[in-house]
Order: sequence, then C-alpha cells, then structure tokens
Amino acid sequence: MRLILFTAALFAAPAFAQSAPLRVDINAGLMQPMPIAVPAFAPGNGASTEAGTTTQIGERAAQVIANDLKSSGLFRPLDPAAYTTTVGIDDVLKPDFPAWRTIAAQALVTGTVTSNPDGGITLACYAYDVFAGAEIARQGFVTTAAGWRRAAHKCADLVYSRLTGESGYFDSRIVYVSETGTRTKRIKRLAIMDQDGAGHRFLTSGQNLVLTPRFAPGQQTITYMSFENNRPRVWIYTLGSGRQEAVGQFSAMTFAPRFSPDGQNLVFSMAVGGNTDIYRFNLATRSTTRLTSGPGIDTSPSYSPDGTKIVFESDRGGSQQLYVMNADGSGQSRISFGEGRSASPVWSPRGDYIAFTRMGGGRFGVGVMRPDGSGERLLTNGFQDESPAWSPNGRVILFARGDRSGRSGLWSVDISGLNERRIATPLDASDPAWSPLLP
Amino acid sequence: MTRHLPKLPLLALVLLAAACAPKKPPATMEAPPASARPETPAAAPIDRPATVETGASSIVPGSQDDLRAQAGGDTVLFAYDSYELDGEARATLLKHATWLRANPNVRVTLEGHCDERGTREYNLALGDRRANSAKNFLATQGIDVARLSTISYGKEKPAVDGADEAAYARNRRAVTMVMSR
Repeated sequence: MRLILFTAALFAAPAFAQSAPLRVDINAGLMQPMPIAVPAFAPGNGASTEAGTTTQIGERAAQVIANDLKSSGLFRPLDPAAYTTTVGIDDVLKPDFPAWRTIAAQALVTGTVTSNPDGGITLACYAYDVFAGAEIARQGFVTTAAGWRRAAHKCADLVYSRLTGESGYFDSRIVYVSETGTRTKRIKRLAIMDQDGAGHRFLTSGQNLVLTPRFAPGQQTITYMSFENNRPRVWIYTLGSGRQEAVGQFSAMTFAPRFSPDGQNLVFSMAVGGNTDIYRFNLATRSTTRLTSGPGIDTSPSYSPDGTKIVFESDRGGSQQLYVMNADGSGQSRISFGEGRSASPVWSPRGDYIAFTRMGGGRFGVGVMRPDGSGERLLTNGFQDESPAWSPNGRVILFARGDRSGRSGLWSVDISGLNERRIATPLDASDPAWSPLLP
Repeated sequence: MTRHLPKLPLLALVLLAAACAPKKPPATMEAPPASARPETPAAAPIDRPATVETGASSIVPGSQDDLRAQAGGDTVLFAYDSYELDGEARATLLKHATWLRANPNVRVTLEGHCDERGTREYNLALGDRRANSAKNFLATQGIDVARLSTISYGKEKPAVDGADEAAYARNRRAVTMVMSR
C-alpha cells in the first residue's frame, strides 16, 4: 500500500472549547490532517469465526478504518505504538480521555467485534471528540464474518461523514482496465476491487480488448466496450453471474457508454460512416434515440445526477470542447472555453462539478469546472492524465496516469487539488470508475 | 511459401531481411519490428519479411503480402488529429484500388488507428474517420463498397512502441487488411 501524502490537508481548528464541536472542514484550505487514534477493536466475546477470532478481526478492522481515514488526506492516524494499553470493552464505552489527550489524539475511533450465534459478527463503532470528552457517533453493523471488512468501511464512512459533514465513500468499489504487455502487445482485462484495493479480481480473460467500464447505479452491472469478434461495441457485464451481453443490434461501432442515474437507459456514441453521434438506448424497450447530429465527433456523454442533462465533448467548433444538452438532446451549448482541448467530461454525483481531461502544451491534466463552465481549475498535470471518475461523494477524483514508457496506473486527487496519491493495483491500470456507496 | 528457403541458414535469412529493410518505403514499416520483440528473435524475420523479399513467386496472389508487394505497402499515414488523405496516401490507395481490381474476389477491412496523444474515446471516433477516409477513397475509385469494411482501434493498437513524434507519425494510420476467406 502506498500512502504517501503529497500535501497535508484540511481541517478545522482543534476543538479545545466545549462549545465548538469537533469538525473537519474539507473546504477550508491547506491545513494539517486531524490526529486520530484508532486502536484495535475490542473482542466482545472470545469466540472464533470463519474469518478468525474476534480479537483478530478487531485488529484488522481498526487497520482498515485507519487506512481509509488516512487515504482521505484529512486524518492522520496515530501510530499504534504510541499507545501501549489494550482497549477493552469498558474503554470503548468510557474512554480514558486524559490518556488520549497525552498523545494529542483529537478524535478516537474505537469499538467492539462480537460473534453472533448464526456465525456472523456485530461490529460496534464509536467515535469520540477527545478534547471535549464527548461522543460524536456510534453505530453497530451486523454482518457475516466474512463481511467484517465492509463493516469496517462503514464505520470509517460514519466517522468521515460526522466530522466533515459530507457523505462517506469508503464502502465502495472500483472497476478498471488492468493492463500488461508492451504498447504494441497490450493485453487488457476488466478488474474490480474494493476502494482500498482489497478483494481484487479479474472479470475478463484478456482474450478480447476491453475498454471504459462504468457502474450502473445499482452497482450489480457494468457497461463497457469490447472488441469481441472484431465487433467493437457496448456490452453489459452482470457481476453476480458473470454474464456478458452485447447491447443492441448495431452494425456500426458503439462506444463510450454510461448509465443514466435511474439505470433505465444507456447513453453512448455510435460511429456511422466516419460520423460519431450520441444515442440513448432504453434497456427495457431496446429503443434507440439519437441525441446529437451533425458532422462532428460527439462522444463521452455523462448524465447529471438528476438525469435532466448530459455533458459531452464535441469537436464541432474545431477542437474537442465540452457541451451540455438536455437529456432529450435539445438545448446544446458549449461550456468550456479554456486553452487547449477539453475532453472526457464526467458529471459529479453531487451535481456541483464536471471533471474533465485537459490537453495542451504536450501535457494532459485532469480538472473540474462548474456545470455552466465557470470556476475551471486544473487539479493534475502529467504526461498523460486522463479518464477522470468521481468518488461516490463527489469530493475525490480517480484518474489514469500514463508515462512515456507506456506504463499507466490509477491515481486519486481531492477536488481541492490536494492529496494526490497512487492507487495500488497488481498490474498497470487505466479507465477507472468508482461505484456508488454500497447499500 | 517457405519451401523456397529451407537451404538458407537462419543467419542468412535475418541478414537478407535486414539488408532489404531500408529499401522498403516508410508506409510498410508498420510491421512489428523484430528487434522490439526479444522473446521471439527469429520468428518474425522468417515468417514475414524474408518471404516478401525473395520475390513474387513466393507470394500467394490476393494475400496481404501480395498487396504489400504490389502496392508498395498496406498503410497510409495521417497528420496529427487529421483524417485527410495527403498526396502520398492517395497515391498508395490508388495502388490498393488497382490491386483490388486485379483481385476481384478479395475483401478488405480498412483499419483506422491513432497515436496515443489523445483521449481514448475521441480516438476511437478519429480512427473511424480515418478508416472511412480510406474506404471512401477506394469507393470513388470504383471498388464495390460491399468489399470494403471498416474498424477503428483508436489508440489501442499502435504499430510501433515509442513516445516521440517519429513513433506517433507511424501510428496515425489506416491499414488495408485483406480479410481471410
């Protein structure tokens, strides 16, 4: 795991005064990450589960939570070596706040892991404001023993959301394209993993070239592009069954697919005789509606979270720029006017920003702008940064970074432009997409 | 095909291929360079360039090698972000049209490709434009469009490895590929 923080991040002043609740302000500007203690969760009973003893699960759960919080750039988990005492159930319910203050922890995340008669576990999550000596949040998660990791992510999401006021994003997954081989012999496979890299698995064999996977809002299906049988077109992959199905019966190439927020439609591009336009495909009726026309390349459509608008890129004005239209194709207007080319737009799940790829001066970067084109900010700058994707809470952007040697990997950056980090993958990686928060 | 060559030692074949390489026009250089594939050092020179260069007698009429030999190459190149056929590209495609008229049973796929300096989805569309530029040119030369199909690989299948303009220039291309019968 690479967890190098390129920059410190943001948070509110220490809550020494009882009147000011402990809070992390993720928009406040460059400040120090909040010191937080996440001791091993206490065993609620001594039982053993199929995922290990409750003691072992408690240790691992604390590590998962600390890792999640650290990866946000907003928190600095204290080294467990700094606190010598083992936390028991009594300490979870009634922490020794003076002791935690001596190691300068501002917040404490603690809890218990208890095995249940059905073989599952209950992970109880408690968060405290150490200086105020007050509880911030508590929640219990009942799950199978094997589900302890997701319970830990949910605990981290609880802490993150209570301290930032934003929804969390840790209990989520990433689908992407895994890559191996030289540029001229590249092998690409769909792969999926938890947001923190755990549970990695490949979805396709590498026999067919696959590109641009994206989650459905329900997260159980993924739309992507495959060159199977030398017929490049849009496909849907069902995660539970592994079933793969081509979308529609088109003789022309279809590509750049995304789901609508209600999951009932796909939007994608179709290239007919050298002309690429955007189409909507209704998954229930199998009907196709053309949304753009004209000789330009119109591609990379992405819905607004309320489903009323679509942002896309077009070279109709001479070079790639961003445009917004109503979901029925009406009212198309250009929103990007910055230098260079703007491409591959993605609407934030919060609706407040559009992420995009900027090309210019021989460099590729990822940036954000408001849906009306204002407030443009470039967040990254690389040899080949492209393919932005949003975290479920719209505060973090995943992207692919390629280098001159042809290698590529996944990175993430806050919408503030801070906390740029490498996301570890077993092989090279591109085309990331982030799932919504898991239910 | 290779039965004309069994007495030539391997080294001679490699030298023959190497000696002939500089004479090839640039348009044929999209073939994977043997030197870039250290894990298969000998296979490429034996299978492809050696047979091509040993004369028309070893080439199957109507094959990809035949197209390359008769038309001086199977590839046309494009300027950055362009799908316009320049004079050199049109001259090459004129030879492809002549060859297609001489091989009326052959069908071809026009492959469109891009360099890596563009976004993935845009390049799929740009590759489609390039493939259709080549296809439409052949159609204007009287080749039945039923014999011509297109496919875009975007930036997914570069001809040569590299991150400089020389590599990018060779990767921005349309390739006339003979379809297997």
